[in-house]
Amino acid sequence: MLEQALRLTARKSRELLHTRLTYRTQRYLFIYIALGIPLLYFLSTRMAPILYAFNVSVREWDLLSQDKPYVGLANFSALFADEIFQKSIVNTFKFVIIGVPGQLIVGLAVALLLHNVQRFRGFFRTVYFIPYVTSIIAVSWVFRWILMRNGWLNEMLLNLGLEPQLFLQSPRQALLLITLTMIWQSTGFQMLIFMTGLEAIPRMYYEAAAIDGAGAWRKFRHITLPLLNPVIVFSAVIGVISYLQSFGQVLSMTNGGPLNATTTMVLHIYNLAFQQFKMGSAAAATVVLFAVILALTLLQLKVLNKKVEY
Amino acid sequence: MSSSRAYRPSGKSPADKLRTSLIYVLLVIGVGIMLFPFLWMVATSFKLPQDVYNLRLIPETITFDNYTAIFKKAPFGDWIKNTLIISLIATATVVVFDTAAGYVLAKFSFFGKQIIFLIIISTLMVPTEMLIIPWYLIANDLGWSDTYWGVLFPGIITAFGIFLMRQFMDSIPSDLLDAARIDGLNEWRILAQIAIPLVKPAIVTLIILTFIGNWNQFIWPLIVLQTEEKFTLPVGIVYFSSELKDTSNWILIMAGTTISIAPLILLFLVFQKQIIRGIALSGMK
Repeated sequence: MLEQALRLTARKSRELLHTRLTYRTQRYLFIYIALGIPLLYFLSTRMAPILYAFNVSVREWDLLSQDKPYVGLANFSALFADEIFQKSIVNTFKFVIIGVPGQLIVGLAVALLLHNVQRFRGFFRTVYFIPYVTSIIAVSWVFRWILMRNGWLNEMLLNLGLEPQLFLQSPRQALLLITLTMIWQSTGFQMLIFMTGLEAIPRMYYEAAAIDGAGAWRKFRHITLPLLNPVIVFSAVIGVISYLQSFGQVLSMTNGGPLNATTTMVLHIYNLAFQQFKMGSAAAATVVLFAVILALTLLQLKVLNKKVEY
Repeated sequence: MSSSRAYRPSGKSPADKLRTSLIYVLLVIGVGIMLFPFLWMVATSFKLPQDVYNLRLIPETITFDNYTAIFKKAPFGDWIKNTLIISLIATATVVVFDTAAGYVLAKFSFFGKQIIFLIIISTLMVPTEMLIIPWYLIANDLGWSDTYWGVLFPGIITAFGIFLMRQFMDSIPSDLLDAARIDGLNEWRILAQIAIPLVKPAIVTLIILTFIGNWNQFIWPLIVLQTEEKFTLPVGIVYFSSELKDTSNWILIMAGTTISIAPLILLFLVFQKQIIRGIALSGMK
């Protein structure tokens, strides 16, 4: 009896609640929950930590000591006087300068090749894309093994009667080789975005150009390239950001060596913060990295994204 | 199409055939470059110690000893389990939150919507490295370091996913949603029963991309995890390989990398359509 009565009351109250929750309130409740949680989440895990990072960067932040005295811009001036940090900036820019055009050209070339064939297109696309989904760390160790002093590549060189190379142990070759493995891994992604771009170009442009007697190069130069401009901008922006953040490959393949020839800004930040526990200097270095990324991205968007006349 | 054929009546001329063959030759060379590192990795992992410097791609004697050895030498089983649990939880939360947020941003209009969208999207510009030091200090203070939650908390909702879902939800006709409202469905049921089924392919894409991203994520787990048993696969691989590299134990290192790469290659081959479409669309929109 009692149970039945309770159930009845529960149903009644549910019905009441239902009518009270008019459409408007229900709708706003939905918006608050669905968007409020992510908003709070991003404010607390992204926005607040940025401010925190700025705060750490102007303090002498020793993990073991209680007080973290304010030191102004001392961390920044120490950082720019630090030769390894200077070298890491130069190296990071080398990664960007070789890697971004490199992956752009390779990706565009593969996309153009694939665009001109019909059979096995899906197969090639799948194969070229495989490296992109695999772990950077695992792949880096595979390349390290191939490039070892007595690894596969040197054995091949010996078999061909050529001099074995130092590869990752050479200050002159290491950075280039790491960049090449990065290009290798991103080819599939670059190919994909360029293929999507190529497919969006209307065929009639090429047909019109053919009527005018334009050759393959002129069609590429005057139709394909200008129309692909937004894709190139996209690829370059993504590329610059990712090469500025080079870390996993460097840590796994050379750990910055030989003689800091491959130390990148992020590797230096990692060493400062988590090997030497200098949180203040490390945070200052992240602020510099952030500024560089922001400036370059804005600059790129401005320079590359200008309207093209057709 | 037909007009271009008309201007090139010799559509299948010897020169064209030569050109097509040349393209295929180049593409096949590319396939070799893309696949060789993986083939060499797998080949090495099945070799006997004395054959490690032999250049044969298919070893004379194939051994599984390296695989049993690495599970004895390091807690590979734990690493696989940790990586799987973390990737699955993160994928589940991302799908729920990103889908709901993307839906609201695409299909509702209300005061402050643009600002909220801008705040969320602008977080994509912030390099993870800048956040890692504060995250590390916060995790230390709150006792989150060296735990699953410690690895998970920065990635339970993603701006990329919200952006992706917003783009896809945008194409749902508003009339359809209004009709459901008139029928008396509440907003949660409209999302679950009408909107989500319409963007199922996009959700599959989001699920796979999030899973892959979490499986491969490196710098944050490397910092927040300290005990060997808690490591994820990429952190474990670095730890394990760095220990072994001085003994040049490459057969074991390659067995380890094979274990961490193989599941993802299989996942990719199964879901390649969704993955490729997802990346192409998120890139272009």
